[in-house]
Amino acid sequence: MVERTEYRIEGATGDWEVVMGLEVHAQVSTAAKLFSGAPTAFGADPNTNVSLVDAAMPGMLPVINRSCVEQAVKTGIGLNAEINLWSRFDRKNYFYPDLPQGYQISQYQFPVVGEGQISVEAEEGYTFVVGIERLHLEQDAGKSIHDLDPNATYVDLNRSGVALMEIVSRPDIRSPAEAAAYVKKLRSILIALGTCDGDMEKGNLRADVNVSVRRPGDELGTRCEIKNVNSFRFIQQAAEYEARRQIEILEGGGKIDQETRLFNATTGETRSMRSKEDAHDYRYFPDPDLLPLEIDAALIDRIRADMPELPDEKRQRFIDSYGLTPYDAGVLASDADKAAYFEAVAEGRDAKLAANWVTQELLGYLNKQDIALADSPISAERLGGLIALIADETISGKIAKQVFAKMIDSDDTAAQIVEREGLKQVTDTGAIAGIIDKVLAENPDQVAQVQAQRAEGHAKPKALGWFVGQIMRASGGKANPQAVNEILAEKLGL
Amino acid sequence: MSVDKKTVRKVARLARIAVPEEKLEPMAEELNGILNWIEQLNEVDIEDVEAMTTPVKMAMPMRDDVVTDGDIRDKVLANAPKTEDGFFVVPKVVE
Repeated sequence: MVERTEYRIEGATGDWEVVMGLEVHAQVSTAAKLFSGAPTAFGADPNTNVSLVDAAMPGMLPVINRSCVEQAVKTGIGLNAEINLWSRFDRKNYFYPDLPQGYQISQYQFPVVGEGQISVEAEEGYTFVVGIERLHLEQDAGKSIHDLDPNATYVDLNRSGVALMEIVSRPDIRSPAEAAAYVKKLRSILIALGTCDGDMEKGNLRADVNVSVRRPGDELGTRCEIKNVNSFRFIQQAAEYEARRQIEILEGGGKIDQETRLFNATTGETRSMRSKEDAHDYRYFPDPDLLPLEIDAALIDRIRADMPELPDEKRQRFIDSYGLTPYDAGVLASDADKAAYFEAVAEGRDAKLAANWVTQELLGYLNKQDIALADSPISAERLGGLIALIADETISGKIAKQVFAKMIDSDDTAAQIVEREGLKQVTDTGAIAGIIDKVLAENPDQVAQVQAQRAEGHAKPKALGWFVGQIMRASGGKANPQAVNEILAEKLGL
Repeated sequence: MSVDKKTVRKVARLARIAVPEEKLEPMAEELNGILNWIEQLNEVDIEDVEAMTTPVKMAMPMRDDVVTDGDIRDKVLANAPKTEDGFFVVPKVVE
């Protein structure tokens, strides 16, 4: 068990602790919007995915999409949360050009999902629990584009009315890195459930980050909320900048104003969002256009019976049935693509070897080149073929790395490359002995050195390693290393 | 419960309703009259009465997740004072 890291920021007057809670907005994966039959598809021409309901034309009435409710319930179960059989929609009132209704239909007092919790694996290897306060359904707003014209704002309502799940965490997060790890875990759960595609670049998953600071052990400080941060890196940057800003104010004798702030990805800074000064006065009231949302217990049972395997379960299965280390299992189970790739490679093969090659060689290469796993130049089947050659000792691990490099630039199988390049491991002891004899004959001084070291009582003379290197080189790396060690020791009389 | 001039000004601003300064005081009085009148309801004992969220006791109708609407841009934009390339165009709102 790795202990939870105590993250502290050193100020001029001592150490500070950072306390964070997140509100994650996740777009619900459905074909149609929350209260209208218009499509949710990304990338459509402006204002083509809009119904008269989404444009808030007078007299239009919302009718809820059953699938959005089911997705919210499914997500609630995946977050180990309580499902509320009775919930209600409220109007959250504010004015903005991309909100044609003049209010957002949301859930305030009675959310569809109540308290839950998830466990999160930090980079350092420890696990921490984050409480979920609630999950509620709400409408997304449209999109305002400010840079098409210096004097005008362009409005596209395609997103208007798309269903969002707002997932609110407890202030259980204690460092910027933990905040990113929490969103990663949450995202992996949503993707496994199929309730949100987790595409942060398209804005389908975005976080509002609440940050406050305090002296370790003190009461909670006043928090600021940073709106709409849409990448793991930005979440960390924004949180760290904001914590330092607050510490500077407090150490200068000032106090923190509770406010909404914006993160500027270019400068890495946060700034006050003045237009939101009145924003906390949303004058919520029950939406008279909608009846209460009542959920049948049978629906919950049906969804529960049909739950897919979640990342935590997958991780445990990888440990139990493949014998992976908790760390490797966590890396592979965190992402549906990685998990599927690994399982395809491991099928009928040495699973630990498969895990090593997937996490280290393949993902290492893809990360370095910034290539997505889906676009990997080496398919699971081809990587599996390479691993099979290592497992049956056709090639050594070292040669396998050369073959791997060649596989990136060709469509050949590992076996074809090994055959063509003559990389097969030499296990024929006669051939290896021949190479060893030759190397020994060419280097009488080193032979004497080994024997001298041996005579001094060294069980493993240093010069021995030098010989192994020479012999491997002479064999073009193809000699079976174990056989080399054995025959060499024998020849030197060790 | 009662409201003062300051509250009326704030609520009007939040609702984007222009209320001239000299109308604020009379409006506060008017609203207080209404509030006082509604206050009388507090005299009724509702200890054992479930909160009424709707006058119609029925289950909320739901629809299936099927695309049945959209692709009516001309209708959506028909009333807009200004449009361009399929967008609504409004005075600059800068954040």
